[in-house]
Amino acid sequence: MTAALETRGLCKKFGALTVADNISFALEPGARHALIGPNGAGKTTFVNMLTGVLKPSSGEILLGGEDITGLAQAKRVKRGIGRTFQINSLFRSLTVLDNVALGIAERNGIGHRMGRPASRYGKIIDESVELLKTLGLAQDAAQRVRDLPYGKQRLVEIAIALGMQPRVLLLDEPAAGVPSLESHRILEVLAGLPAGIAILIIEHDMDLVFRFARRITVLAAGAVLMEGTPHEVGADARVRQVYLGDKRA
Amino acid sequence: MYSAPSRLRFFELTPWVLAVAVYFLAPSYLPLGAYVMIMILFVLSLDLIVGFGGIVTLGHSAYFGFGAYTAGILAVRVHGDPLLGLAAGALAAGLLGLATGAVILRTQGLTLLMLTLAITSIVLEVAASATWLTGGTDGLHSVPVQPILGLFKFDLFGKTAYLYCTAMLAACWWLVRTVIHSPFGAALVGSRENDARMHAIGAPVYFRRLQAYALSCALAGAAGALLTHTTQFVGTSVLGFELSGEALVMLVLGGVGRLYGAFVGPAVYIVARDYLAQQTPEYWYLGIGILLVVIVLFARGGILGLFDLLKNKLKVEKR
Repeated sequence: MTAALETRGLCKKFGALTVADNISFALEPGARHALIGPNGAGKTTFVNMLTGVLKPSSGEILLGGEDITGLAQAKRVKRGIGRTFQINSLFRSLTVLDNVALGIAERNGIGHRMGRPASRYGKIIDESVELLKTLGLAQDAAQRVRDLPYGKQRLVEIAIALGMQPRVLLLDEPAAGVPSLESHRILEVLAGLPAGIAILIIEHDMDLVFRFARRITVLAAGAVLMEGTPHEVGADARVRQVYLGDKRA
Repeated sequence: MYSAPSRLRFFELTPWVLAVAVYFLAPSYLPLGAYVMIMILFVLSLDLIVGFGGIVTLGHSAYFGFGAYTAGILAVRVHGDPLLGLAAGALAAGLLGLATGAVILRTQGLTLLMLTLAITSIVLEVAASATWLTGGTDGLHSVPVQPILGLFKFDLFGKTAYLYCTAMLAACWWLVRTVIHSPFGAALVGSRENDARMHAIGAPVYFRRLQAYALSCALAGAAGALLTHTTQFVGTSVLGFELSGEALVMLVLGGVGRLYGAFVGPAVYIVARDYLAQQTPEYWYLGIGILLVVIVLFARGGILGLFDLLKNKLKVEKR
C-alpha cells in the first residue's frame, strides 16, 4: 500500500549544523503516529519541511506517492496536508464560527466572491457548525476566540485544520500550554477524529502520546533513533537513555 | 462575516435621514454639505483598506487627486458630462491603484507606509509640472460641467450638487457594504487579523488585498471627480500628504473598520472646522487638535466606539 506521506533520505543543514539527518519515514493511511524526541531533536524542523515552510537540503517528500518536495505551502494545503501550530495561530478577534468558516470557504473556492453576504452561504455555515459540534465547540460558536480558555483555543486550531479536509494531519504539540484538566478533552477529540485521516502528532506529553499513538518514531539529534509500537518504544533501552530516562528516572 | 447577520439595521439609515433633513432645513449649508458627502466617500474608500484590509496608507490622496484631475482634464478637453467624468475618474484611479498596489502590497508595515507617501508625492510632482495639461500649480479653473443626464443643471445654491453627491455616495456606500459583508470581505478581515493563517488555509492573500486596494482607489477617484464637478476647479491641493493625513484623521475620529465611522468622522470634523473657523478664525486648528487628542485618549474606537462603550455599560447594568 502506498504511504499517505513518506520521506526518503530527508536532510536539512543550516551551515555546518545538521538538524535533519537522512530521515526516511512513512505515514500509513489512517495512521495514528507520534513523533517524539528530546528538545532540539529536530521535530518541528521535520514538520516544517513536510508542510513546505522549510526547504530540505536533500531528499524527497511524497504525498500519496507523488513528489511534493518543491511545492509551496498553499499548494500542499490544497493537496491535503493540514497542520496545527505549536503556538496558536488564530483570528483572535473573530468568532469561533468565522475562524472555521474562513477556511471552509477557501476550500470550497468561494473566498473571492463579493456579491452576496457571507452570512447567507448556508452550506459553508452548516458545515462549520457540524465540524464545531464534532469537537464539542458548538455552544462557543458565537464567542470571540480571544475570550475562550486556552484549551478551547487549541481545539479551534484543530478545527480550522480539519475544515480543510486533510488526508494527512500534522499536529504540532496540540496540548502545549493546556492545563492537564483540559488536556483530556483534547485527547478525546483526537481519539474521535475520522479514521481515514493519517495523523502525525508531535507531543511532549508522554501520557497523551502513549494513549493516542499506535506507532511511535523517536528522533534524536536529527536522526531516527527507532520506530515501533508504544510497547517496543517504552521498552527500548536507547530511548530510555536519550529521552524517557531524563524525564522518568 | 459568516456569523454576523448582514440585514440592514435601522441605525444604518440615519445618515440618509440626516442628509434629507439638511436639504430641507439648512439650505444655506448645501455647498458645505456636498463637500461633506465627497469627503465621506473618500474616507469610506480609506476605511475599506485601512479598517478592513489592515493596509495603513498615507498616500490615498494620490487616487483622489488622480480622479479629480482625470475628470477635470476630460471636461476641459473632451466633454463635461458629469457621469462620464465620474466613471472616467473612478476607472483611472482604479487602474493607477492596480498598478501601484501591485508593487507596494508586496511590502508591509512601515515600508508600505513610506511607499504610499512616495506615490502621492510623485503624482503631486507630475501634476504640478505638467502645466500644459493640468494648469500646473494654478490648477484648472472654470471646468465646464454639463447638466446631469442633460436634465439637472448645477445651480448657484448647490442644490443639484448636494443631491448628486448624496446619491453617488449612497450608491458607493451600498457597494462597499455589500463587499465587506461578502466572503471576500470576510477573507479581507481574515488577512488583517492573521495573514500567516490565511496563507495556511490556502488563500491568495496578496491578490485579494490588491483587489480591495484597486476598488478603494476607484472609489477615492470617484470622490475626487465629484469634487471637480461641484467646485468646477482642480488644484494641486487634491494631492499630496496633507489631504491623505486629514482623511486618516477623520477616519480615526469617526472609528476605524466600522463602515459608519467614515460617515461620522468627516461630518464632525468638517462641521467643527467650519464652526470653529467662524468663532475663532485664528485658532480653529487648536479646537480640532483638542478634539482629536480627547478622542484618541478616551475613545480608542473613535466616536462610534463611544456608543459601543455605552451599550456595553447598559448591558452590564441590566444584569
